Amino acid sequence: MKKILRRPLFLTGLLITAVLVIVALVSLVWTPQPPTKMNILHKLQPPLAYGFLGTDQFGRDLASALMVGAWNSLSTSVLAVVLGASIGTAVGVIVAIYRGWFEIVVMRGCDIIFAVPPILSAMMLGAFLGSGRFTAIIAIAVFMVPVFARLTLSAALQIWTRDYVMAAIGIGRSKGTITLVHVLPNISNQIIVQVTIQLGLAILTEAGLSFLGLGMPPPAPTWGRMLADAQTFLGIAPWLAILPGLAIAFAVLGLNMLGDGLRDLLDPRDKS
Amino acid sequence: MISILLRRIVSLVVTLLVVSVLIFFVMNLLPGDPAAIMLGTSASPDTLAALRAELGLDQPLPVRYLAWLTGVLHGDLGRSYTYGVPVAGLIADRLAVTIPLALIAVVISVAIAVPLGVQAARKHNGLFDVIAGFFSYISIALPAFWVGLLLIIVFSTMLGLMPAGGFPGWGEGFGEGLKALVMPAIALALPQAGVLTRVARAAVLEVMNEDFVRTARAKGISENTAIWRHAVPNALVPVVTMIGLQFTFLIAGAVLVENVFNLPGLGRLAYQALSQRDIVVMQDVVLFFSALVIVMNFIVDLVYLVIDPRLRAGAR
Repeated sequence: MKKILRRPLFLTGLLITAVLVIVALVSLVWTPQPPTKMNILHKLQPPLAYGFLGTDQFGRDLASALMVGAWNSLSTSVLAVVLGASIGTAVGVIVAIYRGWFEIVVMRGCDIIFAVPPILSAMMLGAFLGSGRFTAIIAIAVFMVPVFARLTLSAALQIWTRDYVMAAIGIGRSKGTITLVHVLPNISNQIIVQVTIQLGLAILTEAGLSFLGLGMPPPAPTWGRMLADAQTFLGIAPWLAILPGLAIAFAVLGLNMLGDGLRDLLDPRDKS
Repeated sequence: MISILLRRIVSLVVTLLVVSVLIFFVMNLLPGDPAAIMLGTSASPDTLAALRAELGLDQPLPVRYLAWLTGVLHGDLGRSYTYGVPVAGLIADRLAVTIPLALIAVVISVAIAVPLGVQAARKHNGLFDVIAGFFSYISIALPAFWVGLLLIIVFSTMLGLMPAGGFPGWGEGFGEGLKALVMPAIALALPQAGVLTRVARAAVLEVMNEDFVRTARAKGISENTAIWRHAVPNALVPVVTMIGLQFTFLIAGAVLVENVFNLPGLGRLAYQALSQRDIVVMQDVVLFFSALVIVMNFIVDLVYLVIDPRLRAGAR
């Protein structure tokens, strides 16, 4: 506990992420106004003039939309990263068992997936699957798979050279059992750290996809689409463009700090 | 050296081929008839059949792939359905915006990151180091397209100093074209600069403790010369690598930023192709972008071999 308190980076990250998660969860049961309720009489009101953070071009409450946006952005990103991390980790540990040509093929495959930016793969998928949360999740997850496959492979290969694994092989444990009992638990810290860091990237990507109209369809509020809608009103209602962007930056900043803080905390090698 | 180069080139070609197969089959095996998607639901069966024949959709998949690939290799990327012109020409026109945009962004991000990273490393754990660390944390978290919106709010709508978007074309004079690209490039560069600052700082810190820097200091040269003549050039290898690795994000950022600033670049073309469901253009643009990333990584690899002789020995 003392160790945790001496880490301002970790604490700040944890605090920001906690605020974000709480706001997102609260939005499921309560928002100041129904986020999609229009009130044309009070459209384009600046913050504090009508509602806490003002209203958009339809008089919808901006604070409520931002709260629901937090849930939409966070849930999409978490689903995408968990999906990508699960597949990537599975691929990584399996490749670590068999290696050989299998390793070459999989790692080359990772390079290839890496070459297509997620925005573009989402555009390709979107042309066929239609835009929506599903497309966004798949596009982000596809990009996450190689990240986790590479990380897991290199971490797992190190574990496979350890004495206790040698001993497990010696007493006749199967490779699958060794992977489950020895390899996965010993690389889980690195995976958790990476999940946190990639969550920040996923939120940025999700915002970009929503900005292009490839995220959740309207009227569901997303930070990215709020920014896209705000473009028309930059001159008369700049807060519509400022606040959702601040929310994105705040979320990403918190997750990045939390990820780096976790790495310092969990990874004893980085004690420099 | 020659054999390493040959091996890298073979691997480059294989990767490019696999990517082309992947993009082609994803675009053609996903549910949905490309002709129907392009024409919309109201198309008559005759028009549909005509477009299917024009796109070669009545042929088997491998034949279509080979035809597409042969075309690509001959510089014939097919015809855009919505624009009615060859896609190759469309891409070439748009590159005149996207390439300068990306280059200016890289230059700006290096111009911010290298001095900041070097100074942070010199004042290791000092106030400047903390400020530089703060800067990189914040800037990495910023969505490039949002930075673009903020720049428009401040410099276009409030101060009226810069154009809010659009591109006059290079024909209107170099200065006018450059002016239109400055804000988009800054928007693209800022998040990149955050990443590069970290890399530069870490690299300089590592090199500063090396023997040759100590020797240079022991010879009595000034601290500035020791840093900029001896430490920084050696610290540039990781910075160059990072620029290469960040290229994917630069392209993704360009797609968004070009849309914010209404720039007729490749990213905007991809977006327009998506909204017009012009699958031929989509397919070619995605291939082009991916090839760009792959070739970029290849070049970074080569630059590596040139600037770091140790790798030449190790890469056998």
